[in-house]
Amino acid sequence: MTLLEVKNLRKSFRVNASLGRPAARLVAVDDVSFYLNRGEILGLVGESGCGKSTTGKLIIQLQKADSGQVFFAGEELTHLSPRQLRTHRKRVQMIFQDPFSSLNPRMTVGAILSEPFVIHKLAPAREINDRVIELLEQVGLSPEHAQRYPHEFSGGQRQRVGIARALAVEPDLIIADEPVSALDLSVQAQVINLLKRIQQERGLSYLFIAHDLAVIEHVSDRIAVMYLGKIVELTSAAELYKNPRHPYTEALMNAVPTPDPDHPRPAALTGEIPSPINPPSGCYFHPRCPYADQLCRQQAPPLSELGQDHLVACHHHSKVGKYLLHKRPI
Amino acid sequence: MSVLRSSFIRDVVWQRLRHNRMALVGAFIVLVMFVMAAAASLSNLDPAAINISQSLLPPSATHPLGTDDLGRSVLVRMLYGARISLLVGFVAVGISTLIGIVCGSLAGYYGGWIDALIMRFVDIMLCFPTFFLILAVIAFLDPSIWNIMIVIGLTSWMGVARLTRAEFLSLRQRDFVLAAQALGASDARLIFRHILPNAMSPVLVSATLGVAGAILTESALSFLGIGVQPPTPSWGNMLITGKQTLGSAWWLSVFPGLAILITVLGYNLLGEGIRDALDPRLKE
Repeated sequence: MTLLEVKNLRKSFRVNASLGRPAARLVAVDDVSFYLNRGEILGLVGESGCGKSTTGKLIIQLQKADSGQVFFAGEELTHLSPRQLRTHRKRVQMIFQDPFSSLNPRMTVGAILSEPFVIHKLAPAREINDRVIELLEQVGLSPEHAQRYPHEFSGGQRQRVGIARALAVEPDLIIADEPVSALDLSVQAQVINLLKRIQQERGLSYLFIAHDLAVIEHVSDRIAVMYLGKIVELTSAAELYKNPRHPYTEALMNAVPTPDPDHPRPAALTGEIPSPINPPSGCYFHPRCPYADQLCRQQAPPLSELGQDHLVACHHHSKVGKYLLHKRPI
Repeated sequence: MSVLRSSFIRDVVWQRLRHNRMALVGAFIVLVMFVMAAAASLSNLDPAAINISQSLLPPSATHPLGTDDLGRSVLVRMLYGARISLLVGFVAVGISTLIGIVCGSLAGYYGGWIDALIMRFVDIMLCFPTFFLILAVIAFLDPSIWNIMIVIGLTSWMGVARLTRAEFLSLRQRDFVLAAQALGASDARLIFRHILPNAMSPVLVSATLGVAGAILTESALSFLGIGVQPPTPSWGNMLITGKQTLGSAWWLSVFPGLAILITVLGYNLLGEGIRDALDPRLKE
């Protein structure tokens, strides 16, 4: 059953030159459409600046889309007034990338976690204390942590507090915006496991945003690959790993390191990500693509159905795979 | 004790302030000023008691800071002057900080045309040379102490407005504010619980320094004779009284001058101490 459907979402920002003259438009999210089923984890992967965080903020209505629609459980969100939106807020929550800026430094963890109950009047005042302790225990913290301030915690612990805050309102969907990329590797696994455990216990859906395939590989049911504001490939995680059909996906897979010295070294994608203010002609990926030819320079490929639930935007999708470094299963 | 207790001030700031020696010196000076003002209010000494036979006496046991040309005790007049300075400092800064916070918050939070309107008005206000504006306004009104406080307050809020707006602009996009917004927090909750408390440290510092500025402005106005009117004593009008006899009776202007200097220094030290103590990133 579809929980979230995003249709033709578009968002651009005005880039000002000196004295506030509008100089150009930066298209951050360009005609993005996808759906997300209840209980499903959709990975959204792409390089920094490709518009994945903006997509998340558009869905949760922290930013207003220029055009396009966001249907949540059948209801269109982009046209709701701020007042109407407020009652819907508790159904979608967000976990932020930087655990050092996502908690109010002037509030204790207890105050931070009790706020959702106060805002939505989810519990009578005398019960809030117990609910906060319950939340802390669910994310692996202890009750006495409630009296401390965020600066007394490590990054991993702060991220747990951020997860607890998102869980407080019992949302249906959590947008996890690179929830582990600011954490140490050893802590990453703990937080990922926590997120997965919570997802299984509560039957939640996640939109899991990441900048590489290494993290997303283990969590996602389906994966959308984004490049310069557009989705270039979208399919199930298993299919994507077995059969990547976009050169950019291929490059991302080659970039994942493997802990095996006999293995081919991870290959980084050459070239810089083009400026979204002045994107290349035709297919946005052609300046960095080993398969590119004349057609790619002139015509942008549409996102089209390849087979069973496999969308790809590439003129040469049948050739892709030639440069894939074959990795043995670990 | 509830786990929901949320007082950063009680837990951290006070501890840090107590370990900052310069801030303690500043706080001590400010405290002394309060004591002086209180002493003036509680005592039945008359700052206007004229005794011509005792005029221009140097500091002695009976008159610790000497007497002026009319034989009035400089010490008693300075105690009453402390009261005036304190009143002017706090009321003027209270007015300017309140206006500044309200304008800056509205501009920074809502942005758009509200921001443009308020900030252009700030620019216009900043174009006036403040001191001469005050001079001109006081020339029209009568130079009562209340008019002076109001005029100083109304002409010194622009810095606070800019500080507050800048803090709001940067805090508005911080993740913890977005998180609260995503939770469904109202505008009022976002402003008063999340943004304002985090925007307060530069404002508090600027207010503390502003007290020093207001005291200086009042002294200058009184020195020019359009501030606090004699016989009501203020440090500024005591300075001008002492000016004519500076060569023969130095105590008339040196003590009020020192009082102004030390007080301004005290507020500055305290302000900087508060700034350091309020910084949540700073670890001891």
